[in-house]
Amino acid sequence: MIKKLLSIIFILNFFINNSIALEPDIFVQSTVNRASKLLSEDISKEEKIKKLKQIAKDTVDIKGIGFYTLGAARKNLSESEKKEYSEKFENYFLKSFASRLAEYTNPEIDVFSKEILNKNYTIVNSTLKATKERPEIKIDWRIYTKNPDQPLIRDLIIEGLSLARTQKEEFASVLSGNNGDIIALFKVLEDFTNN
Amino acid sequence: MLIYIRVDYIIRTLMIKKILITFITTITLVVNVNAASDGELILKKNDPSEIKECWEGFNRASFALNQGLDKIIFKPVSSVYRKLPTPIKSGVSNSLDNLSNLVTIPNNLLQGEFNEAVVNTGRFVINTTIGILGLVDVASLIGFEEYVKEDYGQTLAVHGAGPGCYVVLPVLGPSTARDTVASVVNFVGGDAWYNVTVQNDTRYFTDFDYYASKVTSGVDFRAKNYDSIENVEKNSIDFYASVKSLYLQDRQKRILNAKAIVDTQDDSDWEEIEN
Repeated sequence: MIKKLLSIIFILNFFINNSIALEPDIFVQSTVNRASKLLSEDISKEEKIKKLKQIAKDTVDIKGIGFYTLGAARKNLSESEKKEYSEKFENYFLKSFASRLAEYTNPEIDVFSKEILNKNYTIVNSTLKATKERPEIKIDWRIYTKNPDQPLIRDLIIEGLSLARTQKEEFASVLSGNNGDIIALFKVLEDFTNN
Repeated sequence: MLIYIRVDYIIRTLMIKKILITFITTITLVVNVNAASDGELILKKNDPSEIKECWEGFNRASFALNQGLDKIIFKPVSSVYRKLPTPIKSGVSNSLDNLSNLVTIPNNLLQGEFNEAVVNTGRFVINTTIGILGLVDVASLIGFEEYVKEDYGQTLAVHGAGPGCYVVLPVLGPSTARDTVASVVNFVGGDAWYNVTVQNDTRYFTDFDYYASKVTSGVDFRAKNYDSIENVEKNSIDFYASVKSLYLQDRQKRILNAKAIVDTQDDSDWEEIEN
């Protein structure tokens, strides 16, 4: 009897665990569908931007990208500076992310494969379909899978060029132009967010 | 008359020798040649974050000049060009790609990619004849593998030459010391298209054909990337640094003929980031 009960618990546990874990490719396709549906809605640009920001908060590891983007400089920050940086980066990122996407109307993205790099990362491959004005674009997504129940986007790789890496080198340039002064970077991020 | 021909021959030989010596010396000075290079070493040498910024003041001034030129010439022209019917744009793009085979094929050979050299030669012959001077990419339609461009800078990199410093050339745009020096080969016999248009006086082509193909190539590139460039410019906190990073990432990918991002990116950077 106990053996039977344990077997049932084991089987139930197996199914529950596997049904909760979200496959990275399905996660990307559902995120894309969510954004695409929103972009095709007949609502104001401001409303679209507000909703796109919510999608980004739900699906992107903004804090992780922020620290990656900061490069080696993150190791020299105090706890209060880290907190301040995370806040400023989130505002900068959401504005940049939403304004990039708000320009598109109904982008069609097809997810077609994935490559598991290790337990923490999977690369999901997709294509943005061609339009009359531009050719097809290959987009790869770096998905952080440390928590398989809640995968998060960490990078977008467009035609082999990483956006996170570009941003990292951009931030490094701002820091090196200001003798490594983090306050100068804070100001640049603030100016971008406010303009 | 015989003496004249002989003197002319000696002068020409000396000139070619001088060009070659200058070329080799410059390469040796600017880049770090390593015959025993392997994939990892090439990857590291061409890592965007490893490439030095030696002339930032000049580069930023040159970048500003190019942005000005883009604003008054390339952007308006490409905004009209991208509205043309797709078959016209594809035809132009295909014929430019077809011409670029004339540089790709010798570089396939120099990099030891003999199979690719044969395939690209076949592609060039088919597209130039059946494809009506390259307007139709017949080779791809009948199943030739995807075309990958090669140039003399990539060949030097494959043989272990480091990129040297990053440089932004007026009008021509981003490059590296190695790639700038290597591009000289195009003008001393390494580009058959240049040879039949500018260098030699043929009855069929003029200088105009060469320069028109280069300008069209610039417009075609700008039109294909119109939205992306606008987007990056609008959302950058340092547009110069963004363009530099994108250019160097693309260059690294081309040198390694990498198909996946994991081939060119050091994952340890990401592994350190916890959440």
